[in-house]
Amino acid sequence: MNSHDPFTLALSLILSGDPGLFGIIQLSLQVSLSAVLVASLIGLPLGAAIALFRFPGRGLVITLLNALMGLPPVVAGLLVYLSLSRAGPLGQFGLLFTPTAMVIAQTLLVLPIIAALTRQAIEDLWEEYREQLQSMGSGRVRAIPTLLWDARITLTTAVLAGFGRASAEVGAVLIVGGNIEGVTRVMTTAIALETSKGDLPLALALGLVLLALVAAVNAVAYLLGQASRRHMQ
Amino acid sequence: MRCFRRLPSIAALILLVAATSAQVTADTTFITLASTTSTDQSGLFRHLTPKFTERTGIEVRVVAVGTGQAFAIGRRGDADALLVHHRAGEDEFVAAGYGTERRDVMYNDFVLVGPRSDPAGVTGTQSIQDALARIAESESAFASRGDDSGTHRKELQLWAMADIAPAGRWYRQLGSGMGPTLNTAAAMDAYVLTDRGTWLSFGNRQNLIIVFEGDESLFNPYGSIPLNPERFEWVKADLAQQWHEWLVGEEGQAAIAEYHIDGEPLFFPMNTGAPSRVE
Amino acid sequence: MSGLPLASVPDPVLELRNVSFMRSGKVLLDHGNLMLTQQGRTIIIGPNGAGKSLLMRLAHGLLEPSSGTIVCRHNGSGTPRQAMVFQRPVLLRRSSLANVTHALALRGVPRRIRRNQAEQALARFGLTHLAQRPARILSGGEQQRLALARAWALEPDILFLDEPSSALDPAATKAVEDAVNVFFRKGTKIVMTTHDLGQARRLADEVVFMCCGRILERTPAATFFDTPTTVAAAAFLRGELVLAPWESPTPLTTNG
Repeated sequence: MNSHDPFTLALSLILSGDPGLFGIIQLSLQVSLSAVLVASLIGLPLGAAIALFRFPGRGLVITLLNALMGLPPVVAGLLVYLSLSRAGPLGQFGLLFTPTAMVIAQTLLVLPIIAALTRQAIEDLWEEYREQLQSMGSGRVRAIPTLLWDARITLTTAVLAGFGRASAEVGAVLIVGGNIEGVTRVMTTAIALETSKGDLPLALALGLVLLALVAAVNAVAYLLGQASRRHMQ
Repeated sequence: MRCFRRLPSIAALILLVAATSAQVTADTTFITLASTTSTDQSGLFRHLTPKFTERTGIEVRVVAVGTGQAFAIGRRGDADALLVHHRAGEDEFVAAGYGTERRDVMYNDFVLVGPRSDPAGVTGTQSIQDALARIAESESAFASRGDDSGTHRKELQLWAMADIAPAGRWYRQLGSGMGPTLNTAAAMDAYVLTDRGTWLSFGNRQNLIIVFEGDESLFNPYGSIPLNPERFEWVKADLAQQWHEWLVGEEGQAAIAEYHIDGEPLFFPMNTGAPSRVE
Repeated sequence: MSGLPLASVPDPVLELRNVSFMRSGKVLLDHGNLMLTQQGRTIIIGPNGAGKSLLMRLAHGLLEPSSGTIVCRHNGSGTPRQAMVFQRPVLLRRSSLANVTHALALRGVPRRIRRNQAEQALARFGLTHLAQRPARILSGGEQQRLALARAWALEPDILFLDEPSSALDPAATKAVEDAVNVFFRKGTKIVMTTHDLGQARRLADEVVFMCCGRILERTPAATFFDTPTTVAAAAFLRGELVLAPWESPTPLTTNG
């Protein structure tokens, strides 16, 4: 691992088929994609509901949601740590230092992004669709799936933004996962570890691998978007 | 409408799937060990824990943090055992009832590293107090961990022994782990106190070399503490006790002694005398 | 003009009683009374800002009146099924076919027969070849025909059309007018606004004339275009600018 060219090193890391590295890659994807999935299942309908319904404190909720997009990962990690800690309210499940804890922490980070961007997109679309949907007898609740589907391209971007945040953050997973080798070590915590060990070329090589990974996920989403674009303007 | 009433259960299902995927690995017997970054980054655990697992079937999951944070994890009962290096803190931890007992496991020593040019003229001084005094007098850059880790606590203790209250632009508190602190020190040609293990396995030394070593007060003992099941009913006391005893027993001590990097031993078992360079 | 006897059918399908609508202190519809029967094509005309679109939206239920009541009845008892076609068609970002099946889904049509019904509706308006095309890349005329096909699939008892051809070229306008007559021949009540007097003449069985937030008259088409009851309608038909009463000394309602 003493090659000083991170690009060569990144390539040889991938080609070497090192099971440790592939375990880390797999866990990174598993954790971040799970977090994005859970955050989407909650955030898309939640964002749409906030867009469509008027209720007291709505402005506050929107402001809060927008602010939470900038929630520092370390803070999210700390909150989840204190909740999942044995001495915390959810301690009895024994989830601290497990991938599940990492999924929960990243969900907390991704949810505001997806919900806030969904709220904006759906509000704009609702403006356009409202009369037509009302005319066809669609109530606001029934309009939510219609609007979510019709805003799918914008929402794909929102979900990808969430995935980007999840796969890039290190602060939260480090605290709640503990960076345990073979159990909770993911790409970002591995990069942080190699950096602190002073193996900067390896850290950078891992960073390149992570970048390639995120790019691959985005490429898949882009291709799906292109396929789906055939069905809209 | 129907699909929205189903949402919470879908979310719950997914959490469950994620949880079970985590449980796949959790099926194996394991303990969680809160230890220090210095021990972990030296590569010791990768050498040590497989031997223990082979013997007992118990996996050891190491959460490597600063000593201060390791104590914090222990005080909340979030680990089963600790392996840390701050004697006073360890005794206090056991006395407060968080741990059952504290046993000596091994030690290594701290070394003072600094730029090859040695602007403070530390090389050749007789004691670490002397060395630190020269750094302070010449106001040469010194990088402090500043993170309440074992190494940081040790460093503060050494300044106190030298009767110096380090302050000023030359004294830089980084608030980072050992590795990042070394990276920063290497980048700004600063003196820095580090444990030998981390230094030996550190890859980004640039201009830094060891400028002072061997003082008895640089002795760095590691202690093992299993958490107290009377205080934390959920800890895996049996498994942690097996680890604890293996570590200080013949097999664990031998395993520690045989761990070398580039032909140099990193840690010295407690039973076999002082490290050769500390006399 | 295939005029139908209007007064002979006593049973109203839609009735507005003293309906007013206010928005930020301005009265946009002032005590409107209107009774529409199931038969015939009612065309609402009047100068811009008369409240034509507002009246349709109130009747269709998209807006709640500030005061007064709107009563819908069908065959004396049931609620009539309604559909509306807007000036600028609002189409979902899906295929033409999916736009129609979605409307059927909202109406509660079982999934297994939706597709069939939707295809029939598309075929009725000559859109079969565009069924799989994304709705929003269709031409303006095609889009409006699709909106009409979507309305057709809903089998409405009343069809509201808000200036459905105002943005279209003559050919597409003809297609829309033909479509309106397809609905009409099926027995659908047509309520439509237009600012095109020629279109009103071609389609109307009766005319509702509005001006300045008031419903000034409801007159059989044959009579209206020759001898409107109100001064304002006469002026409007002559192509004059019709001003609100507070802007003009001429009374709106007494025919001089």
